[in-house]
Amino acid sequence: MSSPHAAHAPQGFIRKYVFSLDHKVIGIQYYFLGLFSVLIGMSLSLLMRYHMVNPNVPVHWFAKLWPTAAAGGIMTPELYLSLMTMHGTIMVFFVLTTVPQSGFGNYFLPIQIGAEDMAFPVLNMMSFWTTFVALVVMVAAFFVQGGAPLAGWTAYPPLSAAGRITGPGEGLGQTLWIISIAIFCFASLMGAINFIATLVDLRCKGMTLMRMPLTCWTWLVTAILGLLGFAVLLAAGVLLILDREVGTSFFLPAGLLINDKIIAGHSGGSPLLWQHLFWFFGHPEVYIAILPGMGVTSQLLATFARKPIYGYKAMVYAILSIGFLGFLVWGHHMFMSGMNPYSAMAFATLTMCIGVPSAIKTFNWLGTLWGGKIHFTTAMLFALGFVSLFVTGGVSGIFLGQPALDLYFHDTYFVVGHFHMIMGVAAIFGMFGGTYFWFPKMFGRMMNETIGKIHFYLTFIGVYAIFTPMHMLGIVGNPRRYADFTNVEYLAPVINVHQFMTYAAYFTAGVQLLFLVNLFWSLWKGKRATENPWNCTTLEWGIPSPPPFDNFAGVHPVVHHGAYEYSLPGVKEDFIMQTDPNPVRTEA
Amino acid sequence: MLLAPIIWALAVAIVYFFVAKTWWFPPPISQHGLDYDAQFNRTLVVVGIVFFLAQVALGYVIAKFRNDGGRATYSHGNNKMESVWTSATALLFLSLVLMGTKIWAGVHFDDAPPDAIPIEVMAKQFAWNFRYPGLDGKFGHTDLKLVNDSAGNPFGIDDKDPAGKDDIVSASLKIPAGKPIKLILHSRDVIHNFFVRELRMKQDIVPGMEIPLHFQTDPGAVGVYEVPCSELCGLGHFQMRTTMQVMSPADFDKWMQAAALAQK
Repeated sequence: MSSPHAAHAPQGFIRKYVFSLDHKVIGIQYYFLGLFSVLIGMSLSLLMRYHMVNPNVPVHWFAKLWPTAAAGGIMTPELYLSLMTMHGTIMVFFVLTTVPQSGFGNYFLPIQIGAEDMAFPVLNMMSFWTTFVALVVMVAAFFVQGGAPLAGWTAYPPLSAAGRITGPGEGLGQTLWIISIAIFCFASLMGAINFIATLVDLRCKGMTLMRMPLTCWTWLVTAILGLLGFAVLLAAGVLLILDREVGTSFFLPAGLLINDKIIAGHSGGSPLLWQHLFWFFGHPEVYIAILPGMGVTSQLLATFARKPIYGYKAMVYAILSIGFLGFLVWGHHMFMSGMNPYSAMAFATLTMCIGVPSAIKTFNWLGTLWGGKIHFTTAMLFALGFVSLFVTGGVSGIFLGQPALDLYFHDTYFVVGHFHMIMGVAAIFGMFGGTYFWFPKMFGRMMNETIGKIHFYLTFIGVYAIFTPMHMLGIVGNPRRYADFTNVEYLAPVINVHQFMTYAAYFTAGVQLLFLVNLFWSLWKGKRATENPWNCTTLEWGIPSPPPFDNFAGVHPVVHHGAYEYSLPGVKEDFIMQTDPNPVRTEA
Repeated sequence: MLLAPIIWALAVAIVYFFVAKTWWFPPPISQHGLDYDAQFNRTLVVVGIVFFLAQVALGYVIAKFRNDGGRATYSHGNNKMESVWTSATALLFLSLVLMGTKIWAGVHFDDAPPDAIPIEVMAKQFAWNFRYPGLDGKFGHTDLKLVNDSAGNPFGIDDKDPAGKDDIVSASLKIPAGKPIKLILHSRDVIHNFFVRELRMKQDIVPGMEIPLHFQTDPGAVGVYEVPCSELCGLGHFQMRTTMQVMSPADFDKWMQAAALAQK
């Protein structure tokens, strides 16, 4: 297959760094787009946490930032809800979907399977720039009349469908939100097709499926989830726009009376239809966010424990069954929605089934560590942190997956704690692990390990301090998406818990400065990286750091071994590169 | 290694919070609530053990298998172990969900008893209204066009219909203790959610749908309980609160008589 890399690397700045066709540059572009987004998303969460515990304490610069929505320096509840909506949306779409898959996946999938580039470089470039446009449109929602939407990242109609009358932000802000999400769907579909085609067609000689690093397996399954999920979300978004702008009734029933006004002209729509379509995407989306993190964690645990993956095949089957079952459990988000209560039993049973492969992965991670010789690099610490958070965030799902128990926990802070623990911070730990691990390959320099370790420990304790108390608040019955808690009497005794979480959030956010300083300082001043600083087996570590334009400098790599051949007896080194035809043996 | 003791300490702290119960459920006021708590406690014990053992094991391997310059064990795993933990987890998870089935069925599969007191709930941005059929036991006809909140007619009751004459409209929910209640949930604008902690019960209220919800408190449940809206409904979501007042049956009858007569 001829690729643009057969020619010389482009020299102009625009073609090299802006509209680049090189999967490595595109991967870095996605990474920095995600980094920019996570800083916005995190800032929004800090503003929310401030408001929740100080709803009536004015802040001078709030009034400068939002002259009407925070007049006098006090946030209105609609401003709080728009920060919440945008926090969720930006984090889910532009961080959790973007960095682990489109960022690291773009950079390392082709290299790990021995390809020169993605299958469709132009499509790859288009998918990045389409994502960029989606982000611009999303952020623009802050600056229009009425501000950003307040219907949450799930945008349930009729709140999201009936227009400005349901609240400020439900006018142009909500429209921009839907358009942005639709554009994002296009971008993700382009990316997904590219990932699947690349992995199926461009594996080098000897790279059988069962020799692939687990990262590649998770990127493949994530791409399949994206292909099927984003297609449905795109359709749902189009229907929602039609309801809002053209007067169709997909989600709007007859007989609505909103804000003292009869909403005429709609009949036959179902608010539940949106929920089904949204969660048919939305549940796989959870796995889109976490699967690549599982892949990275597996890679790091094997590398730094110097052991083969325990139960590689079981891991592959677990990834595949998570991908498959991920499409059959969306109804567990809807136990309280008014859908047929009998279907809840089916969704609950399938939900418990999807817990099984997740548990298998945890067992195999522990098995991988067992008998290892663990090197505690920063990357490894984040992988170990991932396992701990994955367990903590996973077990609370056993409560929520039961419709009977959801009768109380639905839409409480128990849910907020659960998904932040697992799809929020566990996934982000996967990204941190990936960053500390692959930074030397991507930029040719090492990150500072001492700062890295301090960053890890403080973040690890910080996220537990933020999200553990949320489970207790859920048990108290604290509803989520409340701008403040002064109107519910039984919440008065837990305001101090909220206060604690707010301080923990300030602390944890502050700690991230260490990461930013480390990242940017190391970009220019870090110690030069060798080709394989971690003594790792996969293909990206057999080429220079950073890799040349066509990855393998014209050589066609041939793979001889599985991905994780560590500590094989009789071999001199404690690792065998996948491409090494004759590993040096110890004297018999 | 620092990480192992940190993980152990976090695991112990988390288990402590669930044992100390400083922040916890209020006591239940119904048989369903008791059943709910039993299922929660079963799940908590199982999940607590799984959680604690997993974190302790993680800390243990971290402490035990650090690099000492030697060579790691070479192993690709063990199929027997894989099948053991796969079937053990599957069995555990599935039995938990099966044990909860009866609780869910009691709320959603069983119909309300025929003598249940019907109460219509109308949720709107950002207020609650409750309608009782009055002494004739019949709800009057309603019309969206007649809805007038400021005139005290949030349901749009048609005063030409004699059945509606004695319909009682209240901004808070009043029920007799120990009697079966059947709520008929309506929303007129966006999705809301009816939630009473002490009932261990929650249900979305969806415009365009009529969703029934039935329950029965203990005879001794007399008291006032909060009802916070539990589905995002707009900017006043956090203020959309009412109460459920559980009265002795005699007091309830007295209230009902007086209120129905006042309507006429």
